[in-house]
Amino acid sequence: MTYIIVSILLGIIMLLMTGIAILHKNMVVAIIAAGVVSLFASVLYLLLAAPDVALTEAAIGSGLSTIIFFYVLNKIRKNNVAE
Amino acid sequence: MLRNSLIFVLVIAVGVIFYSLFTQFDGNDELSDLAQFYAQKENIDKVGSANLVTAVVVTYRGLDTLGEVTILFLTAAIIGFFLKGKLEEGKREVRPSSEILQTAAAVLIPIIIVFGVYIFINGHLTPGGGFQGGAIIASAIILMLLTRPTMPFNHKLFSTIESISGLSFITLGVLGALFAGGFLDNRFIETGTVGELISGGAIPIIYSFVGLKVGAELSNILGDFQEVQNEK
Repeated sequence: MTYIIVSILLGIIMLLMTGIAILHKNMVVAIIAAGVVSLFASVLYLLLAAPDVALTEAAIGSGLSTIIFFYVLNKIRKNNVAE
Repeated sequence: MLRNSLIFVLVIAVGVIFYSLFTQFDGNDELSDLAQFYAQKENIDKVGSANLVTAVVVTYRGLDTLGEVTILFLTAAIIGFFLKGKLEEGKREVRPSSEILQTAAAVLIPIIIVFGVYIFINGHLTPGGGFQGGAIIASAIILMLLTRPTMPFNHKLFSTIESISGLSFITLGVLGALFAGGFLDNRFIETGTVGELISGGAIPIIYSFVGLKVGAELSNILGDFQEVQNEK
């Protein structure tokens, strides 16, 4: 029973974070929200007995891709300022 | 107004499409035929791996792993082609990173790298494997790049590691074809006792090379992104 409640809570948090990632005006907040979605997704995978997938999601989804988004954001900002 | 109603119609249409997926779903109580074949006791003993997922990914589905690694290599190559930059020392103006970050990075980076190596060497015993270990090693490289943003990135070293690992991966596959059942068969080395570190035939060796290759590729991508940061 607690398992189901925790899963549903995780799902609600993920949906909220997805909304923030799509709708927020500030890009930095949106990128961090997208990273948090991956983080909670990896916890959910762990609960669903898929530790392999959880490891991949935690390292690539919330680690590497967030940093790459920040690098790209930094680059886009510079180009916008130059114009 | 028209646009909003169109979005509404689209949402309803997607709901209708996936409604039957929701109502007609019932979980499987038993494994499918293919999964049953993999989960047989004799087949697990044959590959000599405590972690069944690894046994399937590296031996039976080894060709798929090879394909995934190739796709990742292609991605890294394309990113490297489009983001050609050269980071000249001292040219990029950045705030020096805080002392907390520097100290924490100095402590954590070796531990993270060792943890990544642990994950891919123990891939045949515990959850995880080459891809996961490689990604963790790449996150150590991220920490390094965040701590010292002006540090020049040695692409040549990572490319060499990647090439050697890829070549070794293929060579091990061909050895499997020559001395055992087929391409990427792990049994040309003694499989040993299930559950020991040195067991599972060639699985730990193959996974180590996959881990090194994935780690080097992801690090190369990050290095490319870091180098174009100072371009105008």
